Amino acid sequence: MAEAAALAIEDVHAGYGGVPVLNGVSISARPGTITAVLGANGAGKTTLLRTISGLVRPRQGRILVDGANLARRHPEDIARAGVAHVPEGQGVITELTVEENLRLGALCRRGGSVRSAALSDAYQRFPLLAERKRRHAGLLSGGERQILVIARALMAAPRVLLLDEPSLGLAPRMVAQVMDLVRTLRDEVGLTVLLVEQNARSALAIADCGMVLNLGTVVAADDAAVLASDVALRRHYLGF
Amino acid sequence: MQEFLEFTLGGIAVGMIYAAIALSLVLIWRGTRVLNYSQGGMAMFTTYVAWVVIRDTGSYWAGFAVALAAGLVLGALLEVTVVRPTMGKGPLNSVIVTIGLLILLEGVAGIIYGGQYRSFPPSFSIKGLKVGSVALGISASDLFTAAAVLAAALALFLVFEYTSVGLRLRATAFAPGVTRLLGVRIGRVLTLGWALAGLFGALAGVLVTPSTFLYPNSMDSIFVLGFTAAVIGGLDSPVGGVIGGVLLGVVLSYAGGYLGSNLVLVYGLAALALVLMIRPSGLFSSTASRRV
Repeated sequence: MAEAAALAIEDVHAGYGGVPVLNGVSISARPGTITAVLGANGAGKTTLLRTISGLVRPRQGRILVDGANLARRHPEDIARAGVAHVPEGQGVITELTVEENLRLGALCRRGGSVRSAALSDAYQRFPLLAERKRRHAGLLSGGERQILVIARALMAAPRVLLLDEPSLGLAPRMVAQVMDLVRTLRDEVGLTVLLVEQNARSALAIADCGMVLNLGTVVAADDAAVLASDVALRRHYLGF
Repeated sequence: MQEFLEFTLGGIAVGMIYAAIALSLVLIWRGTRVLNYSQGGMAMFTTYVAWVVIRDTGSYWAGFAVALAAGLVLGALLEVTVVRPTMGKGPLNSVIVTIGLLILLEGVAGIIYGGQYRSFPPSFSIKGLKVGSVALGISASDLFTAAAVLAAALALFLVFEYTSVGLRLRATAFAPGVTRLLGVRIGRVLTLGWALAGLFGALAGVLVTPSTFLYPNSMDSIFVLGFTAAVIGGLDSPVGGVIGGVLLGVVLSYAGGYLGSNLVLVYGLAALALVLMIRPSGLFSSTASRRV
């Protein structure tokens, strides 16, 4: 790999209390690519994202973003270093309006003009949110909420986007829309995306690379097309 | 009728003080889910600071300003040094720490200033106002009390709703985990919440002490009533805290006026018990307002 990795994880061990979840995970993601993180429930996918964003402290290993080691830093600092984590489920703050949710995403950036430019960019990209900006986020549908949390993550102008199960609970039409959005963000913004998905088929369809986790270790890592065509892997781990 | 007017206006004036205490409790509860039992002690302490400044400079307003500043500093200081280490270690830890703080503050105040009752000057004249020949039951000092708390509450509301600092405060209160992930340094936000709480407590302290005298335990009963007001308001609603304070002030004023004033604190505790039995989430909790 000639190009330096935008996100590199080296031999990361992490867990909750005394229970290990990740046992030496390594990943390397080139800038402007989507890496699908696949595996069964309990494989450690969510824990991997939580460890990268600092919500879980790794016991061992390095987490490099553009070459800088962020392992064991606070979540606030990791976010400010350019890593946006969109957690699974309800990441929107339902008590705030759509616009307040978006503004919150840019508060870690300096300068009022930078922040308001980010806001108008968001409304341009997501006209749906512009129409509902005064509404409380709790009144949005599931699909609209998923768009909102992704839009909010973009407000910080991140380089790395960690997406945890963006298709969870969405109607099939919405899933396709969200996946399209992720692909667009890679192509137009040049984001490096780590995409955790239960829905392996739709994740591999948009991903450049993929990796399969099982019981906290990487059992396969390759180009997305190669993984998608590996019948044995699909049957054992991916279920399609 | 004359009595009724006096009791109502007097109740509102006292209620504004409960409202200030309630706001200080709500500010901390919203951000950290900690009930700050030391709030009364903090207010007592900053009132002693004001008392010293007034004694030495002769200026009431210098003391007033220094008390508010001391409240800000004391709140921030206690959050960073004592409260922060207990966060995430179970609710009982923070309860015990804030009760310990209360005992510490009252003890230190006793050591420095002694236990005797000291008089504390009011902001303006405490002579009852009259419209024509009708006594209103309130004084210029009461008017200032109500105006000061209302102005502070309004300023707080404007900061909450229309500034980025307010957005940080609200987001941290509703969803600290998500807010951290967006790069907001929530530690600083929580410190600011405690500082603002210290400010409102200090305001309540200087406003109420002219009618209670100043001594190390002088804020204890006011704290209980302010806490009652906060619970009436739902404990996490600033607007609810203000309305709860005024409501409690008026009810206690009627009770004290018509039933006898010896048992006002008991009536307050009865009101607290009643609210907890009938509507434990308070009248204005966010769960209720979310349904609207």
